Amino acid sequence: MSQQALNTKPKLLEAQNLTMRFGGVTALDSLNLHVNEGEVLGLLGPNGSGKTTFFNVITGLYRASSGNVHFRGQDLTDASAQQVYLNAITRTFQRSRLSLPLTVFDNIAIGDNRRLNTGLFFNLFTRKAFKAEYERVVEQVDSLLKTFNPKLAGKIFEPVASLPMIDRRRIEICRALISEPDLLLLDEPSAGMTHDETAEVMDDILQVRSKIKPFTIILIEHEMGLIQRMTERCIVLNYGKKIAEGTYEEIVTNREVQVAYLGQE
Amino acid sequence: MKLLLSTFIVCLAYSIFLLGAENQIEVGALLLVAFGASIFVKKFGLMNRLSVAVNQHPHFPAIASVVGVLITMAVFHNSHFALLMLATVLIYSIVCLGLNIQFGYVGIVNFAGAAFFGIGSYTAAVLATHTAVPHLLILVIAAIVAALIGSILIYPVLRTRGHYAALVTIAFGILFRNFLEVNDSLGGPQGLKIPSLTIMGWNLSDGIQIAGIELSFYIPYLIIALLLLIATFWVTRNLERSWVGLSMDMVRTDEIAASTFGVNIAHWKIVAFTLGNFVTGLAGALYGMMTAYVAPNNFTFADSLILVSIVILGGIGNPWGIIPAAAIVVILPEKLQFIQEYRFLLYAIVVILILLFRPDGLLPRRIREYFPTSKAGGKE
Repeated sequence: MSQQALNTKPKLLEAQNLTMRFGGVTALDSLNLHVNEGEVLGLLGPNGSGKTTFFNVITGLYRASSGNVHFRGQDLTDASAQQVYLNAITRTFQRSRLSLPLTVFDNIAIGDNRRLNTGLFFNLFTRKAFKAEYERVVEQVDSLLKTFNPKLAGKIFEPVASLPMIDRRRIEICRALISEPDLLLLDEPSAGMTHDETAEVMDDILQVRSKIKPFTIILIEHEMGLIQRMTERCIVLNYGKKIAEGTYEEIVTNREVQVAYLGQE
Repeated sequence: MKLLLSTFIVCLAYSIFLLGAENQIEVGALLLVAFGASIFVKKFGLMNRLSVAVNQHPHFPAIASVVGVLITMAVFHNSHFALLMLATVLIYSIVCLGLNIQFGYVGIVNFAGAAFFGIGSYTAAVLATHTAVPHLLILVIAAIVAALIGSILIYPVLRTRGHYAALVTIAFGILFRNFLEVNDSLGGPQGLKIPSLTIMGWNLSDGIQIAGIELSFYIPYLIIALLLLIATFWVTRNLERSWVGLSMDMVRTDEIAASTFGVNIAHWKIVAFTLGNFVTGLAGALYGMMTAYVAPNNFTFADSLILVSIVILGGIGNPWGIIPAAAIVVILPEKLQFIQEYRFLLYAIVVILILLFRPDGLLPRRIREYFPTSKAGGKE
């Protein structure tokens, strides 16, 4: 069975008994899941089922109430957002979180923060060295933008506020990709975009993936077509619990998943 | 270039007339001229043409400002009051550049600017009276002391955000003044005298005569202020046009997104806050030595408000906006004597009008260009 074959790959990220409570609400309830190296994992579930909370716990924005998270065998349960980023995990947000007054370049360059020299002396007083680094980053951002949308590359020094939604999503994805992450967390990339736009952006991601390196992806998505096309394995959450796991075909025929999405007859 | 030069000459002539204006009618007439000019400029879109011209000659504003200050200084070479005002504008500009790092980049509104300015003055007073530390070194030490005392505030400022962080600084400003008033070893409410600045045995407050022309003792202070302003300006400029400025902008605009991409929020807040207080303390020490006297009354909450209103008036985040804004805020009330008692009312009205009609300030911050000259040349 294909399921078996996938499980032989090394686990990249593993969550064990992960629980997240907000007061009386249990957003994640002893969740056990893992993602394998190089895999595209789909994370599904109705609204409020804990998908985004899972991302926020992994990326260090929330601290888990109990349970733990391991990345490449290293404990990342209580790691800060910065430490998670330094471990080459990046993400996008469901609602675009770009700094609108800043330029396209600025928004993407900050994604490469771990390779930027942010020393005060370097930045303020050795302007020649800084310029060399700056030009390197411009080139990097430019080539990444060109893979996504050559038109966007021409707007590299324009403020993000002047761009349409699809370009903003592209920029968010570029920001997550520029540091060449090992694990990319995509939080509902289709939100606020048309079907065609989403397909376009996804193709771009796959193209970058084949060009740079086969990084692992966890994809939160409601659009089933996208899940079917992109993912190798899916996990369905409901009320913070895992209710199903398997390939796309397996989960869409799963009775419990149908009940969670459509309700009991 | 022609446009730039003529603008420069008009502005220079105007500031010289304004500084030299003796009676209320002259001042009033000059204000009317400014009002008319601003309408004229707006109607003919001169602002846009000017900014295009500045883009072509990016070094022009800096050189013109320095030349302008030097010419004004030469014109008023023995008029104490005009030079004092000019020096005050420069020193306030330095302070506001410091506040701008805090407010404009990392997003901490510091309502204790006057307190840190005061720390600089008091440190200078104590050190210059009781020790033999060279006076130029005192300026630096005063700046460091201001930065160190500021670090008391770092913990509460990091724990809070927005309005709450502002409240912390307000509380500090008020506490500072009360502390000075009850502290007799620092002169209590009467304050302290500060010996004048002496560089290698030369007392700057002795008048100077060069070739038979008597120069005001404010001129050396003015030159030091100008040098410090240039240095501070240069540092702020480079800071904005670097990864440091980028990181600080990220902290201000979206802390969550910033931390997801490894930006250390606390680190940048501490750097900006400390740097801003350092600059403020430096300016405070120089101002204290120039005026030869410090008292708690100079460092009230109202004074801090004036400093913040300069930053808002000029254009939050734009170092270029600060200098004209400081000039307006410092010179106008001095010139319009009937307004003096209502100056805070005037500031309040100005800030409200600015927020209503030009929320980004007189000269709004422009989009970051890391290397403006090279970009203009290298544009494909």
